[in-house]
Amino acid sequence: MQCDVCQNKEATVFLTQIVEGNMQKVNLCEACSKEKGVNDPTGFALADLLLGLGAAQEIDKSPTSLKCPVCGFTQVDFKKTGRLGCSACYTVFAEGLSGLLKNMHKGTIHSGKTPIVFRKIREQGNEMKQLQLSLGEAVAAEEYEKAAELRDQIRQIEAEVAK
Amino acid sequence: MKFSRIIASTGEWLSGDGPHRNIVVSSRVRLARNLREKPFPGWAKKAERLEVMRLVKESVENLPEMADAYSENLEALSPLEKQVLVERHLISREHAAKGVGSAVVMNSPQSLSVMINEEDHLRMQAICCGLQLDHVFSMIDRVDTELEATLDFAFDTDLGYLTACPTNVGTGMRASAMLHLPGLVMSDQINRIVNSVNKIGLAVRGLHGEGTEAMGNLFQVSNQTTLGETEAEIIGRLNRVIEQILEHEQNARIVLTQKKSITLHDQVGRAYGVLCHAHSMNSKEALNLLSVIKLGVDIGMFPDSHRFPIDELFIETQPAHLQKGAQTQKMSADERDTLRATIIRAKLLQVPVPDISRLITGTADITDKDHDE
Repeated sequence: MQCDVCQNKEATVFLTQIVEGNMQKVNLCEACSKEKGVNDPTGFALADLLLGLGAAQEIDKSPTSLKCPVCGFTQVDFKKTGRLGCSACYTVFAEGLSGLLKNMHKGTIHSGKTPIVFRKIREQGNEMKQLQLSLGEAVAAEEYEKAAELRDQIRQIEAEVAK
Repeated sequence: MKFSRIIASTGEWLSGDGPHRNIVVSSRVRLARNLREKPFPGWAKKAERLEVMRLVKESVENLPEMADAYSENLEALSPLEKQVLVERHLISREHAAKGVGSAVVMNSPQSLSVMINEEDHLRMQAICCGLQLDHVFSMIDRVDTELEATLDFAFDTDLGYLTACPTNVGTGMRASAMLHLPGLVMSDQINRIVNSVNKIGLAVRGLHGEGTEAMGNLFQVSNQTTLGETEAEIIGRLNRVIEQILEHEQNARIVLTQKKSITLHDQVGRAYGVLCHAHSMNSKEALNLLSVIKLGVDIGMFPDSHRFPIDELFIETQPAHLQKGAQTQKMSADERDTLRATIIRAKLLQVPVPDISRLITGTADITDKDHDE
């Protein structure tokens, strides 16, 4: 039987754990079991290992062997650590991660705290949409004075965003 | 501020007061944050970690909350000093293992602490006494908002705050409460409770978090998911579950005092006897016996004035705290066990023998006390 982590050496360490009612099995070779800290009960969590493995399998589904252009992190690294390299990795590995996140969390879209800069961007986006809508209406109604006013407001927001 | 001053005072969360403090030892909220497009600490090279640390440390030290802060690079701390901070829950065990390129900043009441370059660039926490998760969240939320002005946090409009491990993405928040549940343990109900809490997506862990054993009947309950709910929703869910656990614990104690009073007196009496007269004691035994004494205080077998000295022993008998006074090199386990027993004997001899007549047997006293707040 092959090791689930390196897929290379013969597995000699076999672990079984019940996670959310499902039996999970992991087979590891001597070297990988040491690396994952299986011999050190305090540092080892099977769930973590499984999560890491599962995550790596998910990411394997993405087409080519991806590499993050910002930090140079690869799928193989994720498989090894279960952690990502930098914030840009979330975009690079997005496809593989989405399934993983769905299983891991209550939802897939963040609904909590948003930094003030992002709140501003979102508000400006909403305001822009509204203004453009009104502008279209004003033009259609041939209210050119109002349209000019709206156009100035749009330009002002555009200038702010550009900053 | 010097490390010796941190050591000298035990921190607000131990000595303070708060709702349900008989059962809820502490409430804690931690937030994970990272800088945009900088490699996460586990992947960053040493120079990159040092650069992030410099940036973050400066911002954190300049916060108004950190006016009288203790701030130190981890390589400047001895293993013993790091362990003291772990035992006080001010840094994680993982952080204590770090060296060059990691740092810790905490305020003088030890209610706020920021770990720099743990698994994420920033892990900041607020901790305080009793059940007040909303309060600790607002404390750390304010710090986070202030830091936003000087640090460019990695944030995605869909995924929220981006973290090294996908399990923390979204709010980056872990809220937890440390519960003292001797009633549920003695009445064999604890496994049932732990299982049902796990089923609804919350985690129950031992004294020092992930992968640690439950000792001294202390259990840490926390949220497991971070994406798809607001911070308020997560904390609300946690609060409701904790309040139910509290109710079960209170009921278990009532049943014990009414129907199993002899067993209860026996256990408290034995714990008192051993703690007063033992000359060698490991930390696990100490925690387990102190837990029974703490229960004894809660149900009135010891005067309430002895509550704080007993609570203090929970921390003071931990391995690193024992040795912090001794300037000598690391003590052996045997030496620690002897010293631990000596410290406990000295304190316990000032506590009067357990008094059964003072026992609160009725439901009224126990419940009133806890529902008042």
